[in-house]
Amino acid sequence: MNRVQVRIAAAGAVVLSLAALAVGCGGGSTADAESQGKIDLVAYSTPETSYAKLIPAFNQTSAGKGVTFTQSYGASGDQSRAVAAGQAADVVHFALEPDIARLVDAKLVSPNWDQNQYNGIVANTEVVFVVRKGNPKHITSWDDLVKPGVEVITPNPFTSGGARWNIMAAYGAELKEGKTPAQAQRYLSDLFHNVPVQDDKASAALQTFTGGKGDVLLAYEQDALLAQESGADIQLVYPPQTIEIQTPIATTTKASSSAKAFVKWLYTDQAQTILAETGYRPVVSSDESAFARAFPDAGNPTLFTIDDVDPGGWDDVMTTFFDPENSIMQKIEGSIGVSTSS
Amino acid sequence: MTTVALPRRRASGAALPSAAPGVAITYLSVIVLLPLAALLWQSQKGGADAFWQAVSSPDAAAALELTLGAALLVALNNAVFGTLIAWMIVRDSFPGKGIVNSLIDLPFALPTVVAGLTLLTLYGPYSPIGLNITYTRTAVVLALLFETLPFVIRSVQPVLLELDREMEEAAASLGARGHVVFRRIVLPNLLPAILSGMALAFARAVGEYGSVVMLSGNVPFSTEVASVHIYSQIQSDYVTGATAMSIVLLAISLAVLLSISALHRRSSKHVH
Repeated sequence: MNRVQVRIAAAGAVVLSLAALAVGCGGGSTADAESQGKIDLVAYSTPETSYAKLIPAFNQTSAGKGVTFTQSYGASGDQSRAVAAGQAADVVHFALEPDIARLVDAKLVSPNWDQNQYNGIVANTEVVFVVRKGNPKHITSWDDLVKPGVEVITPNPFTSGGARWNIMAAYGAELKEGKTPAQAQRYLSDLFHNVPVQDDKASAALQTFTGGKGDVLLAYEQDALLAQESGADIQLVYPPQTIEIQTPIATTTKASSSAKAFVKWLYTDQAQTILAETGYRPVVSSDESAFARAFPDAGNPTLFTIDDVDPGGWDDVMTTFFDPENSIMQKIEGSIGVSTSS
Repeated sequence: MTTVALPRRRASGAALPSAAPGVAITYLSVIVLLPLAALLWQSQKGGADAFWQAVSSPDAAAALELTLGAALLVALNNAVFGTLIAWMIVRDSFPGKGIVNSLIDLPFALPTVVAGLTLLTLYGPYSPIGLNITYTRTAVVLALLFETLPFVIRSVQPVLLELDREMEEAAASLGARGHVVFRRIVLPNLLPAILSGMALAFARAVGEYGSVVMLSGNVPFSTEVASVHIYSQIQSDYVTGATAMSIVLLAISLAVLLSISALHRRSSKHVH
């Protein structure tokens, strides 16, 4: 190559790589123009096993014939942020309501998303205790978790949506037992002094526990049941009182008609039965028996919801408990360092 | 790997095509400068007060302290053992030397979460060798040692290869003992490479997330490192805090890289 050729080649390379970058960035927006019959599903990680069965079943129905899916699973907060930042999505299914609220703020989901018979909740689960087989530390109640020498594994509430459910379960259970809010906060502080590892997400916490660390893991019932089925040496303990975890689903403002049909179908008995078979508690009341059939040993603790704990719901709770600068959990995390900093 | 060691003058000889500077600058802008500028712009959105508050809060300060301390420890450790390993590979001959030489870069190829998982299995509660040190500060250092292994070795190795053995032989023939030859002849020649390897290891350690998040336990004030702290701020939609903290990490790494580079310039002036 002579010098002129080299120069042209170099300039060409720059143009090509810039063009490649531009195409890479714009890829998301070209996809939704022809999204009739194609659904981009963005969800948190644990329903993946459910959707693996739900999607083929939907394709068997008349509404779902020929509909194709792209599926994306990950930590709830990460997924929500990705959609807010532009990831293509027709259907979003998250672990907690604030992750949908973020998309409402971004004008990607209608503010009326929860105006249906089920308040936008597609499946329930609950916070349970996971212990080692045989329950060697005899863990049966929330009080057992704050005893000296008991190691509790729960993810970090500032990185994990699952951890926030765990904390509201513990706090709410104390209130239900007649404690004052101040006493319940004191309980949370005691609890976190027994937490030696705070993983970044619920799945990592489960891994830490099955890896041998800790006496009790606070987990979603659905996650724990699946882990047990896949052979982990663990046992579920149902506390006397616990929170009902409500997982919200919504279609985005640019969702195709098939996406709306899919979400509608998820509330049918057929779909709710599949959800029950994969460890979720159905929201359609006619199908509660499906869960009982699938998990005959599952306990039935007294359930409360996030609105029972705080009438302001997640909006309030996120500020009072989980604000990173000034909140109940931020103070508790700060107090841990004072006594155990090594 | 010796990115820090810049030659003083443009080498004479083959000339680059005249489009090259334009290409290089465009490329650097798109890949590095633009994202860094965006980060800087994002971090000052909350104002100076918010910035300061984000990086000086007790938990942020504790995370920074742990991260910088561990990174420094790891860099120093690498200086000693990295040089030793480089020496072994260049100067000694032993069976399987080629394999050892190729093994060194593997930590770069291994996804950091896999590294974390592997170390967790090896040094966790069910450790097959009976050593449980996970979820402690020691585990943080261990993960960082694994991730930063190649830097010093790979920056020292080429210098050692080119080092004129006659200098050492001359010193020895004049009666200098082995350790004196090493201290007076070899070490001064290797020092710039060791320092730049250390600086890279330090910078890499400061930003490490994947392996540390699995091994450390992430308990604030105890085992939470800066990158995990930043992640928790992002998860709490506290972007100002996350970017402010990142800027501090970048500034410290930049200062380290620049001062190593300055040191190197001074020492190369000294030699010539």
